[in-house]
Amino acid sequence: MTTGSDKTDLSPALAAGVSVSARRGPWKRVFQGLVASPTAMISAGLLLLIVVATLLAPVYAKHVSGTDPFRSGLSARIKIDGKPTPVMQQSTEGLGLGVTPIGPTWGAQYILGADGQGRDVAARMLYGGQNSLLIASAATLICLFFAAVIGITAGYAGGPVDSVLSNLIDMIWAFPVYLLAISLSIVMIGKSYSFGPFEISSGSLIVPILIIGLVYVPYVARPIRGRVMAINNSEFVMAARGLGIRRWKILFRHILPNVSTTLIVFAPMLMALNIVTESSLSFLSVGVQPPNASWGTILQDGQTLLYSRPWVSLAPGLAIMVTVLLLNLFGDVLRDVLDPKSARGR
Amino acid sequence: MLAAIFKRLLRMVVVMFGISVITFLIFFATPSSDPAARIAGRNAAQETIEAVRKDFGLDRPLYVQYGLMMQRLFISQDLTSFANRGQKIVPTVMAAAPATLSLVAGAAVLWMLGGVVAGITAAAFRGRWPDKILMGISMMAVAMPVFWVGEMVNLVTQNRLHDTWAFSWVPALGYTPFSEDPGLWFRSMVFPWLTLAFLYIGLYGRMLRTGIIETYQEDYIRTARAKGLTGRKVLLKHATRSAIIPIVIMFGMDFGVLVGGAAVLTEVVFGINGVGRLTYQALKVLDLPMILATVLYASFFVVVANAVVDLLCLLIDPRMRRA
Repeated sequence: MTTGSDKTDLSPALAAGVSVSARRGPWKRVFQGLVASPTAMISAGLLLLIVVATLLAPVYAKHVSGTDPFRSGLSARIKIDGKPTPVMQQSTEGLGLGVTPIGPTWGAQYILGADGQGRDVAARMLYGGQNSLLIASAATLICLFFAAVIGITAGYAGGPVDSVLSNLIDMIWAFPVYLLAISLSIVMIGKSYSFGPFEISSGSLIVPILIIGLVYVPYVARPIRGRVMAINNSEFVMAARGLGIRRWKILFRHILPNVSTTLIVFAPMLMALNIVTESSLSFLSVGVQPPNASWGTILQDGQTLLYSRPWVSLAPGLAIMVTVLLLNLFGDVLRDVLDPKSARGR
Repeated sequence: MLAAIFKRLLRMVVVMFGISVITFLIFFATPSSDPAARIAGRNAAQETIEAVRKDFGLDRPLYVQYGLMMQRLFISQDLTSFANRGQKIVPTVMAAAPATLSLVAGAAVLWMLGGVVAGITAAAFRGRWPDKILMGISMMAVAMPVFWVGEMVNLVTQNRLHDTWAFSWVPALGYTPFSEDPGLWFRSMVFPWLTLAFLYIGLYGRMLRTGIIETYQEDYIRTARAKGLTGRKVLLKHATRSAIIPIVIMFGMDFGVLVGGAAVLTEVVFGINGVGRLTYQALKVLDLPMILATVLYASFFVVVANAVVDLLCLLIDPRMRRA
């Protein structure tokens, strides 16, 4: 329990006649606030379900669909009603040239149909979900880390350091996010890098993670900087300074704990944003690279099959929508719990 | 006031210069990007790459390359594409601009109207079913990738239900200039407009609702109520008026970014040859002069929108003039 957070606790505590909550510690109070909200609990539970489902992808591929979702199955045959049926079916339209992948079978194998290379879409959805969620969460952590470092440095140091960093932030801000991400992707993707002992292979997920993580840094760093400046000018920090407490100690004991709530509020919304960004970049084929799957790459695979096999596009789109929706719902509650002022209007 | 405007304009120029340098460095000076090797193509012989390097002036020092490119882009305006050397950059970008502008301007009208109506309605019915339905829809709108919405719209209007009375009027994907056939222009833009606007109606509606509800806590609203003003008057004349300022600011920024090419996904899905699609195609073949031009074009709108918004704030809110 820090002096910094005491201040935010004080006013409601006073209003309630020094309630117990002030002594209970802020994190416990946040946790209890989340548990008390059905919206938060249901969305968190469903998100957990999605995570577990994607983690079970190998099990699904092995025991249910029985196909390797990373190898093309152009000549595969499956049994439907006891009859062997090719996965890639001869087209019946036009001249009958070309093949169309099998549509949803609503059975164990190819429940959502196959994609253009005869791979099981449902199994790829689960594997792709792993990657989409991994990229989104790793990019969120990267973004929060750099935004915190830049925002706190600029806000706390002030002076020339602040003006250099703020101008840099403004400059990157003026760059449309998607154009910046696409530019970085085109230059960086599809190549291998080596930094001393570290080797990044060409299809590695690290590249999209870094790109998606970095493009949103200005959007978080700017409010963090403002928050640090506000805390720095608040009475309790001035009092601490007046007492002769050293700058570093003020930074770690008073500024950081107060900024951390702002960072946490950003996390779920940033993750939601990152899932959409990943899908957009992969849709433009500058995100996750084949043979890796993600919800975005499945959407891209489905683009040419949109009119004949819409489920290849429908399924990943719905998965993205549901996941983002749940993250935003959870994020709304989290914000209200962490920042009671924003909740008074609701 | 005049000094503030001048300072803002100067800053604009500095930011644009910075953006041009960043873009240039991303494509010319990143360790892994060798523009000459890209232009020469896959598996090109070393001599070919060297010849290309010399031919395109890529063997000169970086600052000379930068200076030359800027000079040919802004002063002589005869910069040509790397991918197609007969194609001049400036006229190509200008030719793509009207398509993007039609898309974004039409969508902007829809999303401003839709966002304001949705926000005010939701705030007026706070906690009751119209609020819940509107906010549910807006959460969905924000959660769906815009290109996916576009694909689903195409699936219905171009394919599954195209031959029914409902959507038989929708022309094939693509853009027809207004000057050629206003009717066709309008019919082909209806669904791109709706698709692009949908996301922003969700965003703006939510923001306006929160803003109005927060304003309701202010003292002057209580005063207005105490003076006996009707609920509708308080909502529309007092609360909405102050809650709409952040919306106007956001609108300026979003409009600038989209006109500059951020509507790339909508343009790709609906086959509209706008600036976003031009940028995307230039990026795919690493057509450096085209990339520089389109990115600068985009950042110009962002920077101008930023400046206009700042100046508007100075005009609206006298408190900001002191800062």
